[in-house]
Amino acid sequence: MSWIPVTEQDRREMLAAIGAPSVEDLFSVIPQSLRMRGWDLPPGMAEAALRRHVAGLAEKNRVSPVSFLGAGYYDHFIPSAVDALASRSEFFTAYTPYQPEAAQGTLQAIYEYQSAVCRLTDMECANASLYDGGTALFEAAVMACRATGRGVVRVHPSVNPVWRRILLTHTANLDVEIADGADPEGAACVIVQNPAFRGDLADFSELAAACHAAGALLVAAFNPVSLGLLKSPGAMGADIAVAEGQGLGLPLGFGGPYLGVLAARKALIRKMPGRIAAATVDTEGRRGFVLTLQAREQHIRREKANSNICSNQALCALRALIYLCLAGPEGLRGVAEACNAKAEYLKARLAARFPVANPGPTFNEFAVRLPIPAERAAAGMLERGFLAGLPLAAVGAGDENELLVAVTETRTRSEMDAFAAALEEVCHAVDL
Amino acid sequence: MQLIFEKSRPGRRALALDPLDVPPVELPAAFRREAPPALPEVGEFDVVRHFTHLSRRNFGLDSHFYPLGSCTMKYNPKVAETVAAHPGFASLHPHLSTTPAYWDACQGALELVHTVEGILAQVGGMEAACLQPMAGAHGELAGTLLIAAYHRDRGNAHKRVVLVPDSAHGTNPASAAMAGFDVVQIPSTPEGLADLDRFREAMNDNVAAVMLTCPNTHGLFEPQVAEIAEMAHAVDALMYYDGANLNAIVGKCRPGDLGFDVMHFNLHKTFATPHGMGGPGSGAIAVGDRLLPYLPGPRVERAGEGFVLREPPKSIGRMAPFFGNFLIAVRAYAFLRHYGGDGLAAVAENAVLNANYILARLRGAYRPAFEGTCMHECVFTAAAQAEKGARALDIAKALLDRGYHAPTVYFPLTVKECVMIEPTETESKETLDAFCDDMLEIARLADTSPEALKAAPGSLPVTRLDEVKAAKDLNCASLP
Repeated sequence: MSWIPVTEQDRREMLAAIGAPSVEDLFSVIPQSLRMRGWDLPPGMAEAALRRHVAGLAEKNRVSPVSFLGAGYYDHFIPSAVDALASRSEFFTAYTPYQPEAAQGTLQAIYEYQSAVCRLTDMECANASLYDGGTALFEAAVMACRATGRGVVRVHPSVNPVWRRILLTHTANLDVEIADGADPEGAACVIVQNPAFRGDLADFSELAAACHAAGALLVAAFNPVSLGLLKSPGAMGADIAVAEGQGLGLPLGFGGPYLGVLAARKALIRKMPGRIAAATVDTEGRRGFVLTLQAREQHIRREKANSNICSNQALCALRALIYLCLAGPEGLRGVAEACNAKAEYLKARLAARFPVANPGPTFNEFAVRLPIPAERAAAGMLERGFLAGLPLAAVGAGDENELLVAVTETRTRSEMDAFAAALEEVCHAVDL
Repeated sequence: MQLIFEKSRPGRRALALDPLDVPPVELPAAFRREAPPALPEVGEFDVVRHFTHLSRRNFGLDSHFYPLGSCTMKYNPKVAETVAAHPGFASLHPHLSTTPAYWDACQGALELVHTVEGILAQVGGMEAACLQPMAGAHGELAGTLLIAAYHRDRGNAHKRVVLVPDSAHGTNPASAAMAGFDVVQIPSTPEGLADLDRFREAMNDNVAAVMLTCPNTHGLFEPQVAEIAEMAHAVDALMYYDGANLNAIVGKCRPGDLGFDVMHFNLHKTFATPHGMGGPGSGAIAVGDRLLPYLPGPRVERAGEGFVLREPPKSIGRMAPFFGNFLIAVRAYAFLRHYGGDGLAAVAENAVLNANYILARLRGAYRPAFEGTCMHECVFTAAAQAEKGARALDIAKALLDRGYHAPTVYFPLTVKECVMIEPTETESKETLDAFCDDMLEIARLADTSPEALKAAPGSLPVTRLDEVKAAKDLNCASLP
């Protein structure tokens, strides 16, 4: 095998040093009755054949359609430098920075990522990453329960319904009650999302004040790219902010790896899950970075830990950091403004033919009510080379004729014009 | 080295955007932020230099031997990066799986999910696998949630206890607690094995599950694993297999055949996907027939020539919005297909050979924590060195100066001054010999001049760092 360098000669010498007659002898502790009974797996493949085979699978997928599909995951532009830097093997083949002197690159990057997240959200501390937006929402809910000593989590209708499902699954066997609505009375927290899953914008400042008056926390889910333009969770008074970080330089990748972002007020830092990097000095007084407050974590606290998380999404956090550095304050604002302006353009074009289902302003995504089931429209649009958006009934977030349409900065006016014409055609064709 | 924020200069920019081809719009002020976020204002070349310099302050696997016990730091094949970067996977929107209207556009990805889950089920000796969990600990949580659902469904909500040996990874008790269980820790025998008598004493009708790592974190195969499984099943408790050490037995024996009902794989360990400074990994799970109806959904199933999605009858719900860290599964698939069914056993065989070779070469200088041959990792105690003044930590730091990442130290907690070495199958005899030579030299120094090790590392960008100050100052972000 090409990835095992041990030669026959090596094997003989090593077995002699060990004092074992054969490699098989090293496995003699495994009772014969428990050994492999054979399996039905295909034989091995060398690299050239392997690449042909996997490329064949990839090519069965269709990535050519012009996409207006979002619903929490967006095809933003990824600058070349993100891939070039994140694919340096000193980053991607390194392990968790348990030996800080040999991992200052990782640790400073985590510290800078935490800093960038705080600056983006106007929060005071952030962790080194969680798995994704949905699991970050779960961790935030449990964190709020821990911080308040309460067990009721209220989920506002703005929240992504798939994330709500993830929250339910993860808390199924805990003393946590998942309830709907926005009433903070007696609750550990109220979870909101801005922009809402259906695209609506809100200012949750008043709800934050009501939460605090009732001794509850406000957990705010946000879209990181939108914060180039939109009021931040910190400015609204949120106590914990969570996000899916995919839009910050991560490919769509059919669902992952993505990035769970979690930030909080400083008073909550000891309740946070996951790794946290901190600045310190070495014995010579030079600035350096370490993991800190590790007594919160599973390898020290075991069953009393804040969370079981160990592996996180460090490389994805690095990509997000590089993206945010390349974008800068003006670049991120430009991306957000472009998403907003293009979505408004398409919304106005479609509104001439289909009622828009959002009562107020939206950012990069909106819902339209079609004259035919959205599933059928989506199938028809795929034939015409478009991903039309998400039929909202598929995730229980709307009726069967509602379609959630997303527009990123990568779409052009001519693509949107063609999209509007094709959607009219598809709906008309089925109408008849 | 400066922070990227310290390199910021007003007006400097990297990202240039296409000119806006639609009319600009203005959102109502109530929804807008007052000032743009205080991100660094830097040029593209600044960013490239900065992160290139940061990368040079890291030990990576491509540049350094990384004998970290329990972490399986094996070579990450480049072909896995090539195939995962294919736009047919990398650019594929996950919501294509959400509605049947789009299933036609993601058949290749669904096929890959189905195939990888099928291979994993066979490697584990299980009925089915699920790629949703995004890390090993997340797989443990998924597995224990499945166990909770199983007992609830059978009207056995009183089964609230999970038995975990004291040598287990910290994630085991933490995951069981997150799934709502009470954890009872079972001490190991002096030989480093699961204590059958202690398990028998603790086993009763309230026990929901036993979580075992096999080989355990002492690097030893549990010869009585089948007896423990029998004991557990007699009270309808289920067996959880922590797959962290699967590299020792892959292709030689299978958790399902050992009596386990559910397990997780660490695709980033056994199947060589990159560790990425601590993630992303993948903690795919596999289950036997008892837990099959409860798997997270939706599941990819074959229907005629194509693939569709279906919800299992009693699904616990969703661990991830889609199929977990899909692009990690693509990489693991490349590894699995490269070796194939006829080649996987060579992984375990050479991993175990390499570990035993290190054990043989070092045992004269460092005391093995346990007798006999080891599996894929060897565990020493540096207690004798510590008595002379050179602790396991000092040995670890001295190795950094000699160009090696340190082994795992102070884990498992059951071994004093623990040094845990896992070479994996991808290291050559020359690398192992050079490492052992340096370990022996360090042992001599520990004996004659332990203070020389206290100053290590001296060759890296920083010397030892003040962790107490870090925790006291809690400077965890640079704020404007």
